[in-house]
Amino acid sequence: MSKTPELIVNDLRVAVEGKEILKGLSLQVAKGEIHALMGPNGSGKSTLANTLMGHPRYEVTGGEILFKGLSILEMEADERSRAGLFMAFQYPVAIPGLSVANFLRSALNARLVRPETNGSGTMPQKKGIAPREFRALLKGQMALLKMDESFATRYLNDGFSGGEKKRAEILQMALLKPEIAIMDETDSGLDIDALRVVSDGVNALAGPDLGVLVITHYQRILNYIKPHRVHVMVDGRISVSGGPELALELETRGYDWVRNGKEVTAP
Amino acid sequence: MTTEPTTTVGIRDGYAEKYGFHDDEQHVFKSKMGLTPEIVAQISDMKGEPKWMRDYRLKALEIFEKKPMPTWGGNVGEIDFKNIYYYVKPTSQETKSWDDVPADMKRTFDKLGIPEAEQKFLSGVGAQYDSEVVYHKIKESLEKQGVIFLSCDHGLKEHEELFKQYFGTVIPSSDNKFAALNSAVWSGGSFIYVPKGVKVDVPLQAYFRINTKDMGQFERTLIIVDEGAYVHYVEGCTAPVYSSDSLHSAVVEIIVKAGGRCRYTTIQNWSNNVYNLVTKRALAYRDATMEWVDGNLGSKLTMKYPSVYMMEPGAHGEILSIAFAGRGQHQDAGGKVVHCAPHTTSKIISKSISKDGGRAGYRGLVKVQKGATDCRSNVNCDALLLDEASRSDTYPYMEIEEDRVSIGHEATVSKIGDEQLFYLMSRGISKDDAAAMIVSGFIEPIVKELPMEYAVEMNRLIQLQMEGSVG
Repeated sequence: MSKTPELIVNDLRVAVEGKEILKGLSLQVAKGEIHALMGPNGSGKSTLANTLMGHPRYEVTGGEILFKGLSILEMEADERSRAGLFMAFQYPVAIPGLSVANFLRSALNARLVRPETNGSGTMPQKKGIAPREFRALLKGQMALLKMDESFATRYLNDGFSGGEKKRAEILQMALLKPEIAIMDETDSGLDIDALRVVSDGVNALAGPDLGVLVITHYQRILNYIKPHRVHVMVDGRISVSGGPELALELETRGYDWVRNGKEVTAP
Repeated sequence: MTTEPTTTVGIRDGYAEKYGFHDDEQHVFKSKMGLTPEIVAQISDMKGEPKWMRDYRLKALEIFEKKPMPTWGGNVGEIDFKNIYYYVKPTSQETKSWDDVPADMKRTFDKLGIPEAEQKFLSGVGAQYDSEVVYHKIKESLEKQGVIFLSCDHGLKEHEELFKQYFGTVIPSSDNKFAALNSAVWSGGSFIYVPKGVKVDVPLQAYFRINTKDMGQFERTLIIVDEGAYVHYVEGCTAPVYSSDSLHSAVVEIIVKAGGRCRYTTIQNWSNNVYNLVTKRALAYRDATMEWVDGNLGSKLTMKYPSVYMMEPGAHGEILSIAFAGRGQHQDAGGKVVHCAPHTTSKIISKSISKDGGRAGYRGLVKVQKGATDCRSNVNCDALLLDEASRSDTYPYMEIEEDRVSIGHEATVSKIGDEQLFYLMSRGISKDDAAAMIVSGFIEPIVKELPMEYAVEMNRLIQLQMEGSVG
């Protein structure tokens, strides 16, 4: 069955502090699909992730990003999130004093409490999630991810180990239920434990209602996550796309092989 | 009837609506503008005070006139002492029933949530309106245990001996210019005595409201916590938004006897036209604990450094300070701990936040007197700047006259980070909410020390300060 992919990136050009990093990148991710985006350091992978999520430092100089058929270029990060986009951070930021539970409840409520409009005017505001209901929901999700309950009372990412940070990202993803998730795992600060957390999480959440774009430098995360499509990014563009076997080929032959301009056709 | 304020547009807009309103002036007496010995004598006479207090006031006025203005801290040079009403008496007498409080004043305190709080989570309440306490009540069960909680005026009237024994002993009139001023014209405030071993588990609260334009409020508070006793006293305050400045200058004296514990929590939320120049000091005796939790959100200029003098071994002093300065505000906050005896410990945690060109800072003193060996003191002050235009200052003074002591000091200054904002926003939280959450997190180590109701209140006030702050 063919349908319009939820995320469509067309000829995207992005500059950071005046320097062009993405130079006409195109990519499509639909719900139910897992895509892997690979590339050498400096190819612009993290720039793509941050631009998709709306980081103000990244300036879109050309092209378009459509999410569920609408351009999101003018939307702030919070609006994009509420629309159903998610990014798992490579380096999640610590917010001392803000507990994981309070943070997650605020994030959920931000989705629920917004006033909504229909043809006849403004509808009454929806109520936020009740504390008891929230606790039950959080407890359930944490159990699924094998997280200790005490985790909820800790300050967000404050003093978390690498693995704990990743777990927290997955927990957020599980609760916020995005339609498209971008996993920015570019650099390999990940130990095996953290790698497993991410891949187990993605595998647990993947399904017909979620599209995933895994951004990675190394092939090894793809030992745990089986992508439907693999894209290789070089110098701000996607230079090759293919099936899962492309990742393996990259692992043995290195990025130079793509850089040299060899074309590969997807089976 | 309440009327809406018309001035100071754009500054803490939410404040004007929630707290910045005023009632039509209705008082039973208002002193002439300005400060003279006649006015001071008149205040004392109207209160029917004993001669020693009248003399004390007049002496203090002389001291006030001789003392120079402080040349440090904030800009107090613009205070015009001649253009202030020093005594505005709102009602003919204080009452124990809200029904007897004039309707306007009752409505104001209703709007501020005082009677509701009293019913829900307090042991007693004093409500001061301009110069006098209009309502004062303590739970009967505490009264039966011998706890005294009165306005300071009634304390003097009903317990003169006890009052006289301690009044002015912690902060003499000559302490500083504003302590002298308060000693001359003091009115209202709280008088508390907690007998030996009595623990007042539920807080007592005083609420201070300025209504009249161009007035000074000079409440005086004296708290005596006897051996092994405990009390938590909370004070809150607000004022109308006016185009001309008001002055608030309080003196708070606390004595905590052996094994006692006192916690004094302030949520200062004056309008941005109030000079808030307050002297607060506590003496802690053997194994006693004194804790100041000092939240400063409002005022034009605050100069306030709650202090603890640890008089005997085992005493512990603690100061938790939050200062939030927005546009046009200067919070010169902090604290002082003075180790007068060996084996005493202290801790200061200060969190200051500045935004929209506001200036917030920490000014503190750690002093260890000769002979006070084996003391331990830790100072931690963190500043958070919300934008480039704002300012943070840290003035940590140390006077250590003993070698065998352990003193720690840490200070940090940070800016609210784009990465923190983006991270929270990427989860669907709006920019304003994200900034407010970061600020709330920043002060969380102090807010978590507050009773739940006040923690909620504090976070609500922070949100009010944060409204529309991140461009």
